[in-house]
Amino acid sequence: MVTEAGHGAAVAPIHVVHPAEIPGALVKPGAEPILKATAIEKYFGANHVLKGCSMTVFPGETITILGRSGSGKSTFLRCLNFLEEPSAGVVDIDGIRVTGDPLRSRSTETREQIRLLRLQAGMVFQEFNLFPHLSVIGNLLEAPLHVKKMQKAEATELAESYLEKVGLIEKRDEFPSRLSGGQRQRVAIARALTMQPKIMLFDEPTSALDPSLVGEVLKVMESLAHEGRTMIVVTHEMSFAKEAADRVYYMDEGEFVEIGPPGQVLGNPRDERTRLFLKRFLGV
Amino acid sequence: MTPSAQAQPDLGARILDAERRRARLWRSEFLLVWLVILAGLVAFVLFTVKLNAKFMTSVVPFILGGAGITLVISFVSIALAIGLAGLGALGRLSHNPVANGIASFYVSLFRGTPLLLQILFIYLALPQAGIVLPELACGVLALGFNYGAYVTEIFRAGIQAVPHGQTEAAESLGMTGRTTFVRIIAPQAFRIVTPAIGNDFIAMLKDSSLVSVIGVQELLWKAQVAGRPTFQSMQTLIIAALVYWAMTLVFSYFQVRLERGMATGDRARGGA
Repeated sequence: MVTEAGHGAAVAPIHVVHPAEIPGALVKPGAEPILKATAIEKYFGANHVLKGCSMTVFPGETITILGRSGSGKSTFLRCLNFLEEPSAGVVDIDGIRVTGDPLRSRSTETREQIRLLRLQAGMVFQEFNLFPHLSVIGNLLEAPLHVKKMQKAEATELAESYLEKVGLIEKRDEFPSRLSGGQRQRVAIARALTMQPKIMLFDEPTSALDPSLVGEVLKVMESLAHEGRTMIVVTHEMSFAKEAADRVYYMDEGEFVEIGPPGQVLGNPRDERTRLFLKRFLGV
Repeated sequence: MTPSAQAQPDLGARILDAERRRARLWRSEFLLVWLVILAGLVAFVLFTVKLNAKFMTSVVPFILGGAGITLVISFVSIALAIGLAGLGALGRLSHNPVANGIASFYVSLFRGTPLLLQILFIYLALPQAGIVLPELACGVLALGFNYGAYVTEIFRAGIQAVPHGQTEAAESLGMTGRTTFVRIIAPQAFRIVTPAIGNDFIAMLKDSSLVSVIGVQELLWKAQVAGRPTFQSMQTLIIAALVYWAMTLVFSYFQVRLERGMATGDRARGGA
């Protein structure tokens, strides 16, 4: 009975930093974690997809999540900004904390808290999800103008600077239907950056692209990583993990079975499942 | 040069020429069929009835006077239908059981009973409950509520046709549900439903003739009144039919132009 009451009272789980979660090279000494995901659980019906996944990210780090299709890595990423509501667990991004609790109906306060959490995290989707009825610059300006209520001149300047960064300033007034997949994804990255989030989430950003277009997107992502932007990337691109990640999380059946620097996880995995996965992927 | 290419240097041009000739022939045959059917109909009328040119010209202005009322009824009713459908679609998509229940009951009732019955109900049955409305208002209410039910389903389908990724992208940028709907979903749904709304408007133009049964003096009512006393309904109904047909053609033309404009809209418009 006592344990039942304990569960019912929704005692928030205490965040524990994994021993392998050592601040990356670009993290300022003494910096506090900017993202803490604690004991995230997710059920789809009776299907237990995430089994208590925790993650600590320090400002300036690039994290890569690897794993087979269906292992739960995209679901975990989508739980971080509540596009999927975690069945249990806590997400804290720079002090904005939301507890997953699908049993309660979302109150206005919770919905607003989730919205604030999303403002901290920019998201890039596998399918780009650009707004087809708006031009490139319109896509970038939509949220700054109508969510942050920024002045148009200020927002435009910001948007153009990010278009420049992804190398698409000359496509400013084009509509998404006239762009290649790689260009669309770069616009999507610029759109997320224009909201100046604390952290960027990438959900298999190159998986829907023609192989010849993957490179231009990875190049943009690598340059973001090198300039110290905080990002979590779910991907199958081993080269990106090797080149840009401070830390790699290997997920299998809803659990992080291996956490460590890319050299160790990709080069000398301790877990049998990681080894099998790499064998198939790299032919090691 | 290969021998075959040498043998037929103008093959491409000749194929193109043959295709053009075939297309021209198709068009003239098509036109001929229309003309033959029309001529047949005209001949049928001429042989069966004595057309009184004087009578015809004298009733045309009277009947045309009804066309204005037909247009007014159609425009007001489609506006009412679109307004109701906006609310109805939000209700049909709502997670709130009360809103969803009201909206789906409305759609079910008005799609499940005949339009003519609804017109008569508002005009003949509501007075028993003490609600007496002028004929025109009865007609507009019945048409508006009936078409509103169909347009509700068009709107609902249009909103649902916008990919879910659009909502996710908008929400991940911090938009509220309302902002997402107004700024992202509705503009895309609007493009999807425009052709269907155009179709419904053209259908409404003709269904508005049903309100003649309650004495609204629109196009069909005037045609009946003009023809009946002297037993010349063939003449007056043909005039009315031609007017309906002409109106339909005009609005179909605008509909095609509108759709084309929408399809190219994302290229024509520049800037934010």
